[in-house]
Amino acid sequence: MSVLGILIPVSLFLGGLGLGFFFWLLKRGQFDDPDGSANRILTDEYDDQPKS
Amino acid sequence: MTAAVCPACPPGHETQIASLPDARLMLSVPEIHCGGCIVAVERALKGVPGVRDARVNLTLKRAAVDAAADIDVDTLTQALKTAGFEAHPLDPGVIASQSVDAKGRDLLMRLAVAFFAMMNVMLLSVAVWSGADGATRDMMHWISAAIAIPAVLFAGRPFYASAWGALRGGHLNMDVPITLAIVLAIATSLSETMQSGPHAYFDAAIGLCCFLLAGRYLDHRTRARARSAAAELAALEVPRATRLDKDGPQIVAASALQPGDKVRILPGARVPADGIVVEGHSEIDRSLMTGESLPAAIEPGQTIRAGEGNLTGVLVLRVTAAGKDTELARIADLVAVAEAGRSRAVALADKAAGLYAPGVHILAAVAALGWWLATQDMRISLNIAAAVLIITCPCALGLAVPAVATAASGRLFRKGLLVKDGTALERLAEVDTVVFDKTGTLTVATPQAEGWQCIPSSERGVARALADASAHPLAKGLAHALREAGIAPAQIAEVNEVPGQGISAKWRGMSVKLGRLVDGASTAQLPMASSGFQIASGPIRVVTFENRLRPGAEALVRALQSEGKRIVLLSGDAAAPVKAIADRLRISEFSSDMRPIEKAAYLEKLANTGAKVLMVGDGLNDTAALAAAHVSIAPATGLDAARTASDIVLLGEDLEPIYGALETAKKARRRITENFTLATLYNVVAVPLAIAGLATPLIAALSMSLSSLTVSANAIRLGRR
Repeated sequence: MSVLGILIPVSLFLGGLGLGFFFWLLKRGQFDDPDGSANRILTDEYDDQPKS
Repeated sequence: MTAAVCPACPPGHETQIASLPDARLMLSVPEIHCGGCIVAVERALKGVPGVRDARVNLTLKRAAVDAAADIDVDTLTQALKTAGFEAHPLDPGVIASQSVDAKGRDLLMRLAVAFFAMMNVMLLSVAVWSGADGATRDMMHWISAAIAIPAVLFAGRPFYASAWGALRGGHLNMDVPITLAIVLAIATSLSETMQSGPHAYFDAAIGLCCFLLAGRYLDHRTRARARSAAAELAALEVPRATRLDKDGPQIVAASALQPGDKVRILPGARVPADGIVVEGHSEIDRSLMTGESLPAAIEPGQTIRAGEGNLTGVLVLRVTAAGKDTELARIADLVAVAEAGRSRAVALADKAAGLYAPGVHILAAVAALGWWLATQDMRISLNIAAAVLIITCPCALGLAVPAVATAASGRLFRKGLLVKDGTALERLAEVDTVVFDKTGTLTVATPQAEGWQCIPSSERGVARALADASAHPLAKGLAHALREAGIAPAQIAEVNEVPGQGISAKWRGMSVKLGRLVDGASTAQLPMASSGFQIASGPIRVVTFENRLRPGAEALVRALQSEGKRIVLLSGDAAAPVKAIADRLRISEFSSDMRPIEKAAYLEKLANTGAKVLMVGDGLNDTAALAAAHVSIAPATGLDAARTASDIVLLGEDLEPIYGALETAKKARRRITENFTLATLYNVVAVPLAIAGLATPLIAALSMSLSSLTVSANAIRLGRR
């Protein structure tokens, strides 16, 4: 059972990392135009400004 | 714009109106719907010289443009029009305040925290459910508490704030039982954990928070999108006027005009205030105000009113009434009266919440009291109360209804309909009578040219060139017909337009004319408007015009009739054109020459007979009727006032989506009732268990997650075909 002492903090840390990454994406505006992002990947033109 | 080339000039009205250097211009492009459109729009905008960058937001159907200061919005809309997209300029000031959707991001962040915490606590709980006991269970509970308590405190804030507000106001809302459930669950779980007890509901408390936040976020997104769309439409028309002061013309806001001011009105502009024409001849388009489909000739001494459109000549107006005293404002008052008379519809969810909140509190209190009387054990009875509150959590109300509304309004948005009001969809589902306005709603502003083929093919190019040069609706109609037929304009010179008479020019040295060439006596016999075309002193070719139907109008009326809905046509236009349109669409009930107040009265009469009326109209004469109807739709081409008074705004030209909207509304209503039934079923099964004290944390977590998932899955079905 002592392995829990390592595994729980590790899993929490990894989850927290994901949460932090999500906040970063939110701040970068990745969720401002979800429909557009889904469609832009199909166009031939190179998208040199993926954010904004 | 003088101010743009002279940034050092002192600020005045001009600088406020002129675009700022490097302005990010915003355009609303309602027709974008795919990846190909994104590329086409961006390419069209970047092709305009002076545009540095353009970026489309497909979700909001907007384009942001970074352009040099001398680029104005009209150039951009023109460029998009050539590329085949309808575009409306937006006021960047209004947009700027909304582009950062602070509340939406805040909710999304809380949702993320709640989700993260829920997943971790659920994982830890799996150990407890699968039989951990003693020190291990206590450790799991303590870790869960350490994650759940801060998460619940942070993520649940919107609920606490709203519940506190409701309690201070002395009434109950949905958030009161939610807050009570969360607080009680956390408190009893904490005391259980301290006493090494088996029942800890940390997972349920944080799960509740997460599911309800998801519902709250969906709800916010739907509302924000509708609200920003409405604000954008409001930003389309910023009323301004060119006031002729002693020291020259000055552009001022229409609200700053005073009686006695002189105002110049250019062709194509809206009249900013009521007044008397002192100089100039022109024609006035009253279609938005009264529903008359043909323009009226105007000469000095005549009265014109705010909101009417000036077509062909420059007018100078002496203002007699401005702002609140204009006819326009008086009709707006009529709207307020009509709105006050309409009984406010209560959303299904609010009705349910009104029954639900007290019921849940009573149930939990009775259960707690019963167990306390039976066992004299405070700990058990509080545990039972918490379990009851968690099991009866209003997930169905808090998540299922917003999920359905989001799916439905998202579907309508893709079809070009903006739902402005939360209860509009529910009201739309009940409609049994549809009332249409004629001018601008069933028909479009430019009439359809009939019999232009009487012009010999050698002369058609000249006719096209003349028609192109005029802003008169008949000329526009002819130009449209000739353009459709693929006729190229000829070279003409010395174009001269006489308001009320027509347009003339020189072609290969001969004088050519288009307009009122046939005298009044012979035109009076024709049922429709007509226009003459003549080269030099050759024969006069008479082209007649009919009101052109909006695309989809006929299909919409047919579809509604086949559903057995009653259809009425109310118009402010003269009897003959109204009858012609009614016959064409096979509408048997119609009235002409209706004044605004008569339209509203007609609708009230219909409502008194128990009819649920959908009003579709665009003009000022419709606004009171739009507000009086059970539910109303206005096309985006209509007046501000009409769009404000209506519940739903139709963005495209085509009318057919209205039928789809009725279908979607009915489906949405059915889904909401289904969801309520599902949620009730879960409660019927789980609440007796909770009251009997058999609701383990596992059962609570299962019933809550399952009910939330089934209702959202049921809602999502609506968004798909």
